[in-house]
Amino acid sequence: MSITVTESLAQEHVPNSQVVSPVREPLVTGGKTVHDVTVDVCRQVEAKPPKSWLLALAISLGVLAVGAYAVFMLVWEGIGVWGLNKTVGWAWDITNFVWWVGIGHAGTLISAILLLFRQRWRMAINRAAEAMTIFAVICAAMFPGLHMGRLWVGFYWALPLPNTFGSLWVNFNSPLLWDVFAISTYFTVSLVFWYIGLIPDFATIRDRATNKISKAVYGALSFGWDGAAKTWMRYESVALILAGLATPLVLSVHTIVSFDFATSVIPGWHTTIFPPYFVAGAIFSGFAMVLTLMLVTRRVFHLEDYITIYHIELMNIIIIVTGSIVGIAYITEFFIAWYSRVDAEYYAFLNRATGPYWWAYWTMMTCNVISPQLFWIKKIRTSIVATFILSIIVNIGMWFERFVIIVTSLHRDYLPSSWAMFYPTFYDVGVYLFSFGFFFTAYFLFSKFFPVINMAEVKSIIKSTSEKK
Amino acid sequence: MKQNRKTYWKGVEQLANDPEVVKNAGREFPEFLPTDNGEEGNTRRDFLKMMGFGIAAASLAACEAPVRKAIPYVNKPVDVDPGIPNYYASTYASGGDYCSIVVKTREGRPIKIEGNDLSTISRGATTTQAEASVLSLYDNERLRGPKIGETISDWETIDKEIIKKLEVVALQGGKISLVSNTILSPATLQVIEDFKAKYPTTEHITYDTASAFGILKANEQSFGKAMIPSMDFSKADVIVSLGADFLGDWLSHIEFTKQYSKTRKLYDGKKSMSRHFQFETNLSLTGSNADYRTPIKPSQEGLVVAALYNLIAAKAGVPAIFANIKDIANLEKAANELWNAKGKSLVVSGSNDPAVQVVVNGINYLLENYGQTIDISTPLYYRKGNDQAMDRFIDEVKGGRIGAVIFYNCNPVYNHLRGKELSAALEKVSLKISTSDREDETASKVDYIVPDHHYLESWNDACPKKDHYSLTQPTISPLFKTRQVQESLLKWAGKDSDYFTYLKDYWRVNRYTEASGAMEFQYFWDKSLQDGVFVVEVDVESAGTEDLEMSFAGDLNGASQAISRNYKASQEGLELALYKKLGIGDGTQANNPWLQELPDPISKATWDNYLTLSQRLANELGITSVEGKTNMARLTVGQNSYELPVLVQPGQAPGTVGLAIGYGRTHAGVVANGRGVDAYPLATMLNGAISYNVTSGVRVEKLDKRYQVAQTQTHQTHMGRETVVQEATLGAYQKDPKAGRYHPHISTWQEESGETNPGSLSLWKGHKYDNHHWGLAIDLNTCTGCSACVIACHAENNVPVVGREEVIKRRDMHWLRIDRYYSSDNEVTDLKGLEEAAENPEVTFQPMMCQHCNNAPCETVCPVAATTHSTEGLNQMTYNRCIGTRYCANNCPYKVRRFNWFKYHDNKQFADSNTPMNNDLGKMVLNPDVTVRSRGVMEKCSFCVQRIQYGKLEAKKEGRRLKDGDVKSACASACPSEALVFGDMNDPESKIYKMLKIKDTEVDHYITDKEIGEPRAYHVLDEVGTKPNVVYLTKIRNKEESEA
Repeated sequence: MSITVTESLAQEHVPNSQVVSPVREPLVTGGKTVHDVTVDVCRQVEAKPPKSWLLALAISLGVLAVGAYAVFMLVWEGIGVWGLNKTVGWAWDITNFVWWVGIGHAGTLISAILLLFRQRWRMAINRAAEAMTIFAVICAAMFPGLHMGRLWVGFYWALPLPNTFGSLWVNFNSPLLWDVFAISTYFTVSLVFWYIGLIPDFATIRDRATNKISKAVYGALSFGWDGAAKTWMRYESVALILAGLATPLVLSVHTIVSFDFATSVIPGWHTTIFPPYFVAGAIFSGFAMVLTLMLVTRRVFHLEDYITIYHIELMNIIIIVTGSIVGIAYITEFFIAWYSRVDAEYYAFLNRATGPYWWAYWTMMTCNVISPQLFWIKKIRTSIVATFILSIIVNIGMWFERFVIIVTSLHRDYLPSSWAMFYPTFYDVGVYLFSFGFFFTAYFLFSKFFPVINMAEVKSIIKSTSEKK
Repeated sequence: MKQNRKTYWKGVEQLANDPEVVKNAGREFPEFLPTDNGEEGNTRRDFLKMMGFGIAAASLAACEAPVRKAIPYVNKPVDVDPGIPNYYASTYASGGDYCSIVVKTREGRPIKIEGNDLSTISRGATTTQAEASVLSLYDNERLRGPKIGETISDWETIDKEIIKKLEVVALQGGKISLVSNTILSPATLQVIEDFKAKYPTTEHITYDTASAFGILKANEQSFGKAMIPSMDFSKADVIVSLGADFLGDWLSHIEFTKQYSKTRKLYDGKKSMSRHFQFETNLSLTGSNADYRTPIKPSQEGLVVAALYNLIAAKAGVPAIFANIKDIANLEKAANELWNAKGKSLVVSGSNDPAVQVVVNGINYLLENYGQTIDISTPLYYRKGNDQAMDRFIDEVKGGRIGAVIFYNCNPVYNHLRGKELSAALEKVSLKISTSDREDETASKVDYIVPDHHYLESWNDACPKKDHYSLTQPTISPLFKTRQVQESLLKWAGKDSDYFTYLKDYWRVNRYTEASGAMEFQYFWDKSLQDGVFVVEVDVESAGTEDLEMSFAGDLNGASQAISRNYKASQEGLELALYKKLGIGDGTQANNPWLQELPDPISKATWDNYLTLSQRLANELGITSVEGKTNMARLTVGQNSYELPVLVQPGQAPGTVGLAIGYGRTHAGVVANGRGVDAYPLATMLNGAISYNVTSGVRVEKLDKRYQVAQTQTHQTHMGRETVVQEATLGAYQKDPKAGRYHPHISTWQEESGETNPGSLSLWKGHKYDNHHWGLAIDLNTCTGCSACVIACHAENNVPVVGREEVIKRRDMHWLRIDRYYSSDNEVTDLKGLEEAAENPEVTFQPMMCQHCNNAPCETVCPVAATTHSTEGLNQMTYNRCIGTRYCANNCPYKVRRFNWFKYHDNKQFADSNTPMNNDLGKMVLNPDVTVRSRGVMEKCSFCVQRIQYGKLEAKKEGRRLKDGDVKSACASACPSEALVFGDMNDPESKIYKMLKIKDTEVDHYITDKEIGEPRAYHVLDEVGTKPNVVYLTKIRNKEESEA
């Protein structure tokens, strides 16, 4: 139904307001003028928060509080409050880590790679997607910290700092150390990229601000942006340079995360297919999370004209592509396990599909391989409800993918004497909730106080006069 | 010279001889330093100084450091050097169990039990219980002093009262009973004689928790003397055991394990081994080592023995006896092989039925084993208990005919089948004394508790076998106000000599006279004490003739009749067989957490006893398992009914259930109380002796309640993985010593034959070991699974105990574990089927510890380099540096790394399980050379690096190179079967070098690999390319090849 609405709206305004290609759908609908963009985006920043927003924030803070209790007990009592054991040394902790890092891929991919490929449809969604990336990476980084037995020393011992222990350095052979570098680099570049994009918009809000506090705060945040042509030129160059820097990082971060497993000797982990498979999976889950958040944001802040069905459809297409890559990777792993004739490898994969954790495996297969295929049907990929449900299913599936890789590989590896089961405790779930609480609290604060759509860029795609007809 | 006389003036004032200069000429500083302004009071500087000091002092005083009491030696004892251990030879003896030991003490504290190499019986080996006994010394439940009723008293009062009461009893002619388990000490028996001299109505009653009364009686019938002959398994080519767990807990099991393992060793010069048949009900340690094992019901035991007799008798041409049993698998084969190995075979039975033992004697007699593998002239003294005397004693207590009773280090209320009756009747005895070290089940029922020293605080001697003596000496001054029982008895008997003098005098009279060669008594005594053992040299000639005169006079017909009465061939009816677990044993040391957490070598269960039953019976009863939690069952035997956990045990005879004794303690202490159920009351009397089987009236019902037995291993089979367990039959080995070896291979682009070992392809150059290269060889063929190494490792390395709940969560901390694999009947390709063990499986034990890989997967993944490779091949763990990512444990293919999930020391959560780290007394057992690990760090086997370091330092002090044998890891030193060999693989003189036939291959100035020449040697998971420094030797089974 929404399709017809947008299409009719588009047609209504085509002749007068926008220069529209006869074959392309307009990226911004509703005949928005440049001023409309400013007003629409700044509205929620300047207005009093809606009730729905307050409720959502309260729920997030509640989840955060429960999670904080779990984190406190974890640090106070020890890792033993989790359900891990001598055989399964990682479970929810690293599953959550990889899951969040994966989610953290979409933002930079949208803003950097799509910028380089001149995909202009990214403009409406890149701001929120990047914010999501930043928060997801923070959530991800929590887990390598919290999963450490002695995080009070781990935080700085894992960094290559000069120290009083003589020539004692970190172990540059360890993939966990590579993670430290990969994620901190990715986080820094993403944060800078995101922030530089925000500067012109902060300046807009500053200029519109009616009270002194807003003026001062947004004034400080906008770093004295003057909107001069030269400033714009520099801004564009920096954006391009950062996009160039961020592009390889999008691919490298999850590649390096996959090295945690690929360089090990454990059957089910020791696989050369992991880097591309992880990157595809990360984009897959990242886009799904972007969709989940966007569908809510556009509804709550009435941004349907900026984040259109066209955007949703394009993102769903990316989900089909990456979901299929992931599916092929799963099948390839099975083929190689059979082809290798290595008994431990062979058994590891048989055990995934038919062992005690068969349900986790088949949840993963259903959610990641079968469900995205529904997007081949245009009706489904342009349906908001279906997209919303499937985006959540994909992220459930991607969580299980990491759980399957980590837990089912570890729980039955080489020596059958050590085979064991993993059962999660309240604290396993609690620390996961903590990351959720943080993520949503941060996202809701962002959506209230920061412009969720890149006004400056969106204005560039409205090829129309600034006057409303 | 002239120039030197030149004078230099400091200034014009000096030249002018100014009076001020003259006055200050002798001073270093002509003026006062401006420290103070005198009368003007404190300056700003002083104010700052004082304030600074004040703040620093106040803040220092505010930081309260925990007060730790460490009292330095004011006068250093002559023999004690801080940091240097002292070793004392001693003897572990508990209720007839015996082990000659060397006690390691540090700063006056015994911290570790080692085997005594000089012993002719235990030959340097130890057992789980002997190893763990050092922790029992520091048991917080021990009484601090003597007790009258509920009140703590002092020795003077208690002696006065007891002597008075004893005299009253004696005057009235009342009976005084001294009840004990088997006493191995001749001097103690002499003390009891002295006591009897003072109180003539005294009777000494001996009973055993695992009675061998039937054997004593049978030998009395057969040879006219109630004794247990000594046996030599090393001379036996064919061994048939009918329910005797001679490697686990039967009589002199350490000695038997030593002898047995000799027959199982295979090397270039010796390619034959003994063949071992076992007929038994529960899968015992011995049964799991057998080449042929047949499960039989307890009610068939007598008939099986009789049938074996008949098969032998037919060959010997003597008349048969009654045996209406057929189709016992392997019995005929066993008989044939026994007959072929006449004089070089051995038939033993664990039965306590005199009739069965008479027939066993008959079999050995027909096989001419007496004088060969069985030595009647050198009897064993491990079990002297008289079941009938004990029975009579309990009747007398019930009848009120006992005036006084002294329970000498025994606990019959708990560990005798009529314990409950005894407990109820005890109030009829006017004077009740117990010498127990704690208020146990019996001691809590008595008037006086006069606690004995722990054996590590005592003087004593022991005679486990005729002519073999050993001494116990104190290794610490008594921790509490306890007193040795011998001294108490002497005191009550009116003799005021201390036991040390008594013992020495006793040895002067009895042992010194037996010693050959002329020497001073003091020299003899010192030598015996230092060696810990003394063996009387016997004239071999005269002993031999004595043997020949011994002739078998057993009443086979009578025995046959008794067997036909008491045993039946039919398979009907459920039966119960009681057994002892290797760790807890008879329950005496039940409060020892090391033993509680020791996984049973067969079931891998800890902290509990449980009903073992076959999968078939479990299915019939409808017992299922959900997430490890299995239905409980109700076991009903006559009047007794128990709710019990259940464990499916492959190899359990059909129609039988098994249950371990030693559990269900109520007064042992916080660690043991309430764990499992007490199975002693289920024992029965059969043919005048205690039988640990119940053959009728056993009922088992399923309950809906579920319970999880804490097991350290839950998967039963090795999934046909040849890279884990490599085995072959003896025949195949004799043809090709490489039989059973698995060679992983791949094809490379360079050659297409597909014969490249993946381990040989490496980007790494390998490590260079210039000096030492430590290694461990493990012979799977001689490892019996006895688990002495596990406890030795616990004690040596301060390994924490985590308790039942944490074991269920699979967080046991054992650095060394023994993996137990059952065979499966299913095809190798049927991966699901392989998960199920065979009904009567073959068993493989595989000790597993850190493999100290040369290409260690753990080392590369640690982000902070907390685990690194040493220049001597050790994989080292730096606890201080560890941040606890657990990546190393995940990446360890052997899963030997252990993580400190919680703080296991000084933590209330573990106060009842990890006692050695949670109370001040328990902490005395900790090895000061090994760090107690903090929460959040990883730990694992270190190859006892502290021992290596100690050995190196000792060698350095003596200015020599380290020799083989200077350093022995705790596990290798405890091993009774010499299955574990530790040593320097760079030393061509070392045992491990020779055993593995090592060839050094130098490539690129780096020794990339030790080429191992021994064809049986393999690395577990060779194809992963970890290149471990632990080498395994294949398991060889002496079976027909067709049956393999």
